[in-house]
Amino acid sequence: MKRPFSSLKVIEYGENISAPYCAKLMAGLGAEVIKVENIAGGDKARINGPFPEDEPDIEKSGLFLSLNANKMGITLNLNKKKGAEIFKRLIETADVLIENNAPGYLAGLGLGYDTLKEINPRLVMVSITAFGQTGPYKDYKAYHINSCGAGGISVGVGDPKREPLTMPLSQGGYEAGANAAAAVMAALLARRKTGKGQFIDISEVEVWATTHAGQNVMTFLYRGVNGVRRGIHGGRTYPNEIFPCKDGYVCVITPQGEQWKRLIEVLGTPEWSKNPKYRDRRTITGQTTDEINALMIPWMLERTKEEIFKICQDKRVPCAPIYDISEVINHRQIKAMDFFIELDHKKAGRLKYTKGPCTFEKTDWEWQTAAPLLGQDNEQVYCERLGYSQKELAGMKKSGVI
Amino acid sequence: MQSLEGYRLLDFGTAQAGPQVAQLLADMGMEVIKIETRVKPDGVRLGHPMTGIGTGGVDESKWLDMQPVFHIMNRNKLSFTINLKHPQATEVFKRLIKISDVVLDNFSPGVMARLGLDQPHLEKINKGIISMSLSGCGESGPLKDTLVYAPLIISLGGMESMLGYYGEKQPMNLIPGYGDTNASIHGAFAILAALWHREETGEGQHISLAEAYAITNLLGEAVMDYNMNGRVPGLQGNRHPVLCPHGNYPCQGRDKWVAIAVETEEEWQNLCTALGAPEWLSNERFADKANRRKHREELDKLISAKTVNYGVYDITAILQKVNVAATPVMNCEDQYNDPHFRERGTFIEMNHPLVGKEIVYGNPMRLSEMPPEIKRIAPGLGEHNDYVLRELLGYSEQEVAELVKEQVIY
Repeated sequence: MKRPFSSLKVIEYGENISAPYCAKLMAGLGAEVIKVENIAGGDKARINGPFPEDEPDIEKSGLFLSLNANKMGITLNLNKKKGAEIFKRLIETADVLIENNAPGYLAGLGLGYDTLKEINPRLVMVSITAFGQTGPYKDYKAYHINSCGAGGISVGVGDPKREPLTMPLSQGGYEAGANAAAAVMAALLARRKTGKGQFIDISEVEVWATTHAGQNVMTFLYRGVNGVRRGIHGGRTYPNEIFPCKDGYVCVITPQGEQWKRLIEVLGTPEWSKNPKYRDRRTITGQTTDEINALMIPWMLERTKEEIFKICQDKRVPCAPIYDISEVINHRQIKAMDFFIELDHKKAGRLKYTKGPCTFEKTDWEWQTAAPLLGQDNEQVYCERLGYSQKELAGMKKSGVI
Repeated sequence: MQSLEGYRLLDFGTAQAGPQVAQLLADMGMEVIKIETRVKPDGVRLGHPMTGIGTGGVDESKWLDMQPVFHIMNRNKLSFTINLKHPQATEVFKRLIKISDVVLDNFSPGVMARLGLDQPHLEKINKGIISMSLSGCGESGPLKDTLVYAPLIISLGGMESMLGYYGEKQPMNLIPGYGDTNASIHGAFAILAALWHREETGEGQHISLAEAYAITNLLGEAVMDYNMNGRVPGLQGNRHPVLCPHGNYPCQGRDKWVAIAVETEEEWQNLCTALGAPEWLSNERFADKANRRKHREELDKLISAKTVNYGVYDITAILQKVNVAATPVMNCEDQYNDPHFRERGTFIEMNHPLVGKEIVYGNPMRLSEMPPEIKRIAPGLGEHNDYVLRELLGYSEQEVAELVKEQVIY
């Protein structure tokens, strides 16, 4: 069956997470994605594990494998004149270029959007960087912990008396990548009317600071500094707590008064709940929070997380167990959803991968090929598509172009 | 012209995840009609306005229009109030669905079907319609009816089990509603992908987004480590598997921190020199990446003892000058006053007729020719009833009066 993006050709020149994840979303819906990697070892995600049995191998990185299925892989040295020329030829027929190099890097090689749109006015180009293409910090070097900090997220995670914590597993890259993919689709839909592409500037810090943490800034006028970490407590209305229980942890949150009343019933309407000090959840703050938690925790410690989850949800009290990754992967819900697919990879073997962030009724995610080996598709792309001879290919290899 | 002009979305969303999907699209020019009713307004409209103005003599009936948090997630939208359960509402909806492209909801699974507004019903009225339902754990399966809020989503999806101090057991709560915000960004992408498919083929479809598993989908490294090695990650803290040093280090002042991350040998050397600690370079315990990772706690203490003597913006500038990744850990006040966000216009000041000055976060999808715009603050409840009924659906003045009288429009 025709895939939704089967008419789209995407060039990715990126590494680590943000640009590859953006291109992954396109690839999973059928776009042809050619991933262009540098000749000095390729995408950095190849050296970040995890690796099978912890043995580093650029063809077996779990991070790289999980981000690059369905893509073709070629190597190209853009620092060589010939390399830049070949890149332009790839752009001639492309719909989308996705990249996450430092601002001005491609322009410095003569491959900025202004040049590329002369070659292909229909090109949509998205550049994903930490701070964006403009502003005083645009050239700041930043890894994930930096973008998460400047984005206003880290200040909201951890114990208020200790250091703030970054989000696990470089979440900012995924959020920026998904936002970039949405922006690319908006530009492609507009192109159907205008016939013209455009440039898109995505800042990972800004993605954090707006959609994710932006509510803190807007309430700043009325509530002062907001969104600062509170340890095991979440939002302002009690409870939004992570409690220990018999075999792990549960999260309990009751934003509505009725839910709070039902929680008290679930707990068996203990004597302390009649204390006026604890009756109205909206007045429970600061030290009272710790007091009341201390009164609730013994009940939690007598029960397993599954027991608490069931008792609470049966009474429509919002609660969930804190599941670790094995509990999620083996959960009966995820099994009922057909959430994982399996792919064979030449070096890493057969592995299970997540299918996608949602389910499309008619055009769902399809994964045919595992991530490419470094330079795997050089011959197909350079010889069969661009028409270079085998001899020229050998020459380009020798001179460090590919 | 804006990129999504010409498309119309009916937003049945409440709280955060649904409304934010539609907000991202409305900023890009999609016409978003928020479907509301006085019978049960969006919970974010309810309660005492956080502005405190409500006590200053403003009529209590206006409080529904005075919630800043509602305003920000519903800017650029139109508000149409209709009592979904009224028998006469069906006819109005039929007309509206006929001229719409997307229907969005984050009700509990099954609600849209009971209202006759699920995909099979919608398709009978408009063959190319696209619908999206956001749910906690999916629309079928044993957990489908789980009552969730953002922190429960990341708990069920596996991320909460990694949020906390490395080597400890107690997970830490996360202030931003990541379970919802992540769903909203992916939801916006998925709707546009389905619109693209419809443009190519004429075919509409339903999209189901289970927020908990949209989170699991982002834990690729952990899923792969489990599949490859059977390993289950615990609390991650500020540790990175490769980068070291890597952390948030204290600076002068209350709760001021600088985030520093080092990847290359050059960055490491520049960090030591810039912090005035060349002796670290000759310390065997920090001789290479592997050794630095092995002794990272000791190293973190040494770095903290240096950074604490600097203001956070000063140390950021000093380290960035030598190409070391250092940035302030910002709270909302820092962000609002920061020159970078100011220059980019990340936050926008707007004026609400009842509330006055408000700060609104922008939209990060910066298209060069068709940038996102915030044209207006969120609508009052039912503000666009006339526009929808008269201009879009062609009801006469008398018919509208009748629908209002019968409390169909309510």
